[in-house]
Amino acid sequence: MPRFWRRNRHWMTPALLLLPGLILFSLVILAASFETVWISLHDWDGIGAKTWVGLANYVELAEDPQFYVSLKNNIIWLLIFMLAPPIGLALALIVNQQIRGMRILKSLFFVPLVLATVTVGVVFGWVYDPTYGLLQLIFGLFGGTAPALLSDENFATLAVATAGLWPQIAFCMVLFLAGLNNLNEDLIGAGRVDGARGWQMLRHVVLPQLSQVGFIAIAVTVIGALRSFDMVAVMTTGGPYGSSTVLAYQMYEESIFSYRFGYGAAIATVLFVIMIAFIAWYLHGLIKAERSNA
Amino acid sequence: MYPRPIPEDAKTKRALYIGGVTLVVALWLLPLVAVMLTSIRSNEELMAGNYWGWPQKFSLVENYTAVFEQTAMLRFFLNSLLITIPSVIGVLILSTLTGFVLSRYPFRGSNLIFALFVGGNFLPAQIMMIPVRDLMVRLSLYDTVYALIVFHIAFQTGFATLFMRNFIAALPGELFQAARAEGASPFQVLRHVVVPLVRPALAALAILTFTFIWNDYFWAIVLTQSDAVKPVTAGLNNLRGEWTSAWNIISAATIFVALPPVVMFFLMQKHFISGLTMGAVKG
Repeated sequence: MPRFWRRNRHWMTPALLLLPGLILFSLVILAASFETVWISLHDWDGIGAKTWVGLANYVELAEDPQFYVSLKNNIIWLLIFMLAPPIGLALALIVNQQIRGMRILKSLFFVPLVLATVTVGVVFGWVYDPTYGLLQLIFGLFGGTAPALLSDENFATLAVATAGLWPQIAFCMVLFLAGLNNLNEDLIGAGRVDGARGWQMLRHVVLPQLSQVGFIAIAVTVIGALRSFDMVAVMTTGGPYGSSTVLAYQMYEESIFSYRFGYGAAIATVLFVIMIAFIAWYLHGLIKAERSNA
Repeated sequence: MYPRPIPEDAKTKRALYIGGVTLVVALWLLPLVAVMLTSIRSNEELMAGNYWGWPQKFSLVENYTAVFEQTAMLRFFLNSLLITIPSVIGVLILSTLTGFVLSRYPFRGSNLIFALFVGGNFLPAQIMMIPVRDLMVRLSLYDTVYALIVFHIAFQTGFATLFMRNFIAALPGELFQAARAEGASPFQVLRHVVVPLVRPALAALAILTFTFIWNDYFWAIVLTQSDAVKPVTAGLNNLRGEWTSAWNIISAATIFVALPPVVMFFLMQKHFISGLTMGAVKG
């Protein structure tokens, strides 16, 4: 054994160092993800034996009106979240000035980013409170009455997604600020000499250089919108009457509250299939970026 | 710099600009400021309908002691520390090892392993929820802090590996060549070359993963049940159900939950931001 070790340690030590992390990650994260696909082909209450049902869960899903509500809401989330990159870029442009005091203001902008989504949910719950909330205060100034957004099935998803936008904008802002710091000064200077200003400069000189950061901001925002869960769970628990649920939340509800783990797994799998396209797109972009930097 | 910098000598313009940005920040943080104000407002004032006026009487001490004495928030807070600190330490150790190997020992399949670590991080939590929950039940870890610790270490190691690999790959190669020329074993290289040099990266990573884990809500409600193990995020949400009308107490509890990550962010801002942009992973 010692001889075997001495002869092979040059590769065995790295292998041993890699294994704990790799095994834990593969077992808990990767294997579990695949197992879900397997579970989705069963009828299972979470405790007893699993009964093989083939694609029955998916067939049921295709006929479940709630599934389409969730899907539609995920799309609404996606559309609203698409505001995060441009607003984040606008804020980044505003604070990208070297003036005394700007640094502290800049970090204040980032605060929503470090708040837990539960915190954001509670904070916006207060904003939307129909009697005393901030929104009512604003409506009151004009002599109006604020709608009870969270208990209105037409507005609940809009309200929750808008609240979710808050930290997402901050995140995009951080990314764009990093991008602005890496701009090529010579190109900007050349642009100025050529008389490019304001919008033209942004459009033709700055944005092309921000394309990589912009790509990351958009990809991360899409993924964030698709996997939204916390805000829905905290602000509306999917209500009223399931009108503000999203796939992630519907999956949780079917599994934990209705003990339909197989059905829940099927929803998770559908969400996963939708997301994998975006994840692959994102990874592809990351690798491309890494190659061009190397 | 873009947009055009406002020149040093344009004093009024600078002052106006800063004033304008301050106004935007104030609007931006208005929801949070409102909650902070409510957290120091007395119950009588809320009853009387003074929700938005300046507080007549500051009940900072009363409200926050009420949070400690009348709710289980202190317990939740301790639980969060019990979960977060060991998880962060575990992530730092494992990702230093994986990052070191993946950056310095090229082998066939190393890129694939790396891609799995990174890709796994973007998976929606729901795709692994049922099996992970089931696994914890079978290991009798369900509803203990260990379930959350094990899960968070496993999950965050994905992101942290990306982070550490990039950092270690950027270290000067001569150091590694010299160490190898002297016949140092991989383990010695790790101990004497890598560990002393990765401290700044570990600091950045520690604060990032601390924030992610502290703020987690989904796994907190999936893997725990009893108040004795619940972290602050799940605790806060339950509190809301119990104290529906006592907005001052809920607000105080909310600030209490938000404080550790916010304080850490302000203490180690540079690390936090550089970590976030480097990983660009948080979704």
